[in-house]
Amino acid sequence: MGRFEALVEVQLRPGISDPQGATIERALPALGFTGVSGVRAGKAFRLSVEALDDEQARHIVEDLSERLLANPVIEAASVSIIAAR
Amino acid sequence: MAAPLRTRVGVIVFPGTNCEHDVVEAFEALGARAELIWHGSASVEGLDAVVLPGGFAHGDYLRPGAIARFSPVMEAVRQYAAEGGPVVGICNGFQVLTEAHLLPGALQKNRGLTFLCQMTEVEVTSDRCALTAGVAVGRRLKVPINHFEGNYTADPGTLQTLEDEGRVVLRYVANPNGSAHDIAGVCNEGGNVVGLMPHPERASAELLGSSDGLVLLSALLAWAGAPLVPAGRSA
Repeated sequence: MGRFEALVEVQLRPGISDPQGATIERALPALGFTGVSGVRAGKAFRLSVEALDDEQARHIVEDLSERLLANPVIEAASVSIIAAR
Repeated sequence: MAAPLRTRVGVIVFPGTNCEHDVVEAFEALGARAELIWHGSASVEGLDAVVLPGGFAHGDYLRPGAIARFSPVMEAVRQYAAEGGPVVGICNGFQVLTEAHLLPGALQKNRGLTFLCQMTEVEVTSDRCALTAGVAVGRRLKVPINHFEGNYTADPGTLQTLEDEGRVVLRYVANPNGSAHDIAGVCNEGGNVVGLMPHPERASAELLGSSDGLVLLSALLAWAGAPLVPAGRSA
């Protein structure tokens, strides 16, 4: 068994309205940032998981992401295994 | 003569729920017997209706309802709903029911990212559910909202299905939060599971600015006291 560090990014699915992203985007010109568009707000989770290998670690994290970290009705999770220890 | 049996309403309490006593009081005022059910309970046996009240279950951590969905009582609620028992989620309770997939869609942050605490007017747009059965379609009710995440969202196919099947049961007259199709409340296919963002228990006396909420709570009691498949509904 090894430990694997994972990063989970949860984003709203395309087409789902994003009131947070829209509000951030509207605030940017006031700070002098012009020409910025397509702001989408999401969440990031870092976690460490015990697994036999990279592939099993990814499987576990994808499973828990689907069942808890993301609401599949409006969100999608992408999992990266970033390091093994 | 024996007193008629009083309808028993179970009001689920999660850590962070804060509207349970208001809901109990409103039902008791209508002559029902309402009792608090702790979320760790694994049973909702013997109840005529179950209500998930408003608040911030489990601190709304991760997403509203995301953790509450895994409370032991929710398995019992799922079973109860599957058997046709009436289940109503108010505000945070609505969010819990969507997270538990007992109702479709999701509740997003309000348009404009504003917490809204205000009186609203909703229109009854379907009488095919436990909360509006017997209430005239088109009737307008003054019921307050109190939420940050009440912006109802679902994919276009789901919204179409809800419309086609008459499952949008309450609609805002003036949309306060960006909800798709002005949706304030929806129900499941059987009409026995209903979620709404407005708080009927907060419109239960003229002193509170409106008693229109009693129209909905009375309808629920009538449904709860009736057979599981009421007359007029195709089985």
